[in-house]
Amino acid sequence: MGYPHKPHDKETVILSEYFGDAEARSYAGWVKRGGYKALKASLEMQPAEVIEIVKSSGLRGRGGAGFPTGVKWSFMPKEKSKPHYLCCNADEAEPGTFKDREIMRWTPHALIEGCAIAQYAIQAEITYIYIRGEFTEPLRIMQAALDDAYGNGVLGDDAMGSGRRLDMYIHRGAGAYICGEETALMNSIEGQRGNPRIRPPFPAASGVFGMPTTINNVETLAAVPHIINRGPEWYKGLSLNNEKSSGTKLFSVAGHIQRPGNYEVTMGFPLGELINDLCGGMRQGRTLKACIPGGSSVPILNREETESCLLDYEGCVEMGTMLGSGGVIVFDDSADMVYQTMRLARFYAHESCAQCTQCREGTGWTVRILERILAGQGEQKDLDLLLDLADQMTGKTICVLSDSCAAVVISTIKRFRNEFEAYIAGTREPAVVAVGVG
Amino acid sequence: MEQTTPYSQVFVGDNRKRLDEVLTRYPAKRAGLLAALWMVQEQHGWVSDEAMAETASVLGLTPSYIKGVVTFYTMYHQHPVGKTFVQVCTTTPCNICGAEEVVEAFLEHTGCDDLGATSPDGKFTVIEVECLGACGFATPVMMNEDVIENVTPEKVPDLVKQYS
Repeated sequence: MGYPHKPHDKETVILSEYFGDAEARSYAGWVKRGGYKALKASLEMQPAEVIEIVKSSGLRGRGGAGFPTGVKWSFMPKEKSKPHYLCCNADEAEPGTFKDREIMRWTPHALIEGCAIAQYAIQAEITYIYIRGEFTEPLRIMQAALDDAYGNGVLGDDAMGSGRRLDMYIHRGAGAYICGEETALMNSIEGQRGNPRIRPPFPAASGVFGMPTTINNVETLAAVPHIINRGPEWYKGLSLNNEKSSGTKLFSVAGHIQRPGNYEVTMGFPLGELINDLCGGMRQGRTLKACIPGGSSVPILNREETESCLLDYEGCVEMGTMLGSGGVIVFDDSADMVYQTMRLARFYAHESCAQCTQCREGTGWTVRILERILAGQGEQKDLDLLLDLADQMTGKTICVLSDSCAAVVISTIKRFRNEFEAYIAGTREPAVVAVGVG
Repeated sequence: MEQTTPYSQVFVGDNRKRLDEVLTRYPAKRAGLLAALWMVQEQHGWVSDEAMAETASVLGLTPSYIKGVVTFYTMYHQHPVGKTFVQVCTTTPCNICGAEEVVEAFLEHTGCDDLGATSPDGKFTVIEVECLGACGFATPVMMNEDVIENVTPEKVPDLVKQYS
């Protein structure tokens, strides 16, 4: 449902059915709502069968990359010679995205059940749920639910009476966006600085503690019990005639909108309808100017593109952007795109782990050039300089943080060049630039 | 930094037991570092050089290694902060909804001169923070361990009073 709003009849509520229902948080409440049936059924299958079901459902990673989940699981060694690990990525920090937070706040057992099924499928002894340090309430609720799950024999040395041992622990982060990058997350679990690792080796070969590891996003794992319960064909049917994007997706909508919140729709839902119908459209007297559909790291769309964009992996690519994490940021005609580009660049500069030169220097210089333009001291050649810099920041680093900053700059200059030029030409009053810390 | 009061050890008694329990979750001792640093901050309010030295000896690491980790993660304080640590999200989705006015209101009502500075009465430190992951509830503000949603400049005076 569009928490904190009542569900809209165009929504398809599956993951969000119990958002706002505090009783669903307890083990007893979750079982009453059909919880842990899927885990029980999974534990009675062979791990390979579980992987096959998830593979044929078409479920793809909801954290941003969209990699097929079942395929990722199948990369884990079939013959066990070492310990295996599952990491659940709950380091949600992509600007515009706040869906995993709500899954953990309202339906912690949905995540635990999804983790336990995945853990069994990849034959892992331990799951680490990596939750960002700022998520104090989700941390508290998840810990209480984990204790509850252990207390009721869901986890522990005889998980659901299966004779198998399943352990699950929460690992609290401490403030670093980059730890949402899978290899940085593994380093952070190991007690290191959260620097992304060079791949190969890929996590399935050498992940956390050098052992075979799978990393999945919260929303991805929370969808798994539903797929086990209702079958892969049902899940595949939840799409808009697109075999490549199936199921429902939670979209977090924020910014200049009447009803911000989380909305769950089937893949392929029109972005314009999400904004205008489900979220109640723009604020009084305002018009839509731009929209970032998949979290701040994906290219921005102008009004026309927003109104014709279909929300699935392919539909977004067609518009020159990406589905990403489903964090929809809406801008109306009052937004200063130059200032907001600078704010986003500042975000990436602050969050760069600083191991790659292109990222460490590139994000910092992007901020400085944008601040210069905003202060009315920009020159015409600064736009070419920004684009050249963005080019140097794309595809040249260990992870994609640098590319994300570049995508913001390139896509905004492409669509809103006149706003940058107005500052440079002096036809727009210089903006006061508040100086951030760090 | 000069230490005026004697350093009180963190990893003794119950805390030591808590840490030992945490260490059973991992195949390597170093993996307990983030949790250990959280325990340090819980007791002292920040992570001092002495605390890093103690953590290093407990986990079999070097103080310089610990410093490298502490300086990477923004939530560990490297110097004492006000009794209430206020973090206002000012990243784009909140920024376009007026987050900078919320920051201004906090600076004004807490008496903090500037971002990162502590108020003269020692009660508050205010900073801007990047994305708190609550963009639909603009502007979210963290006051110590509490996340307060939908904060507007008008609500700031009451919040400051409540946490004073």
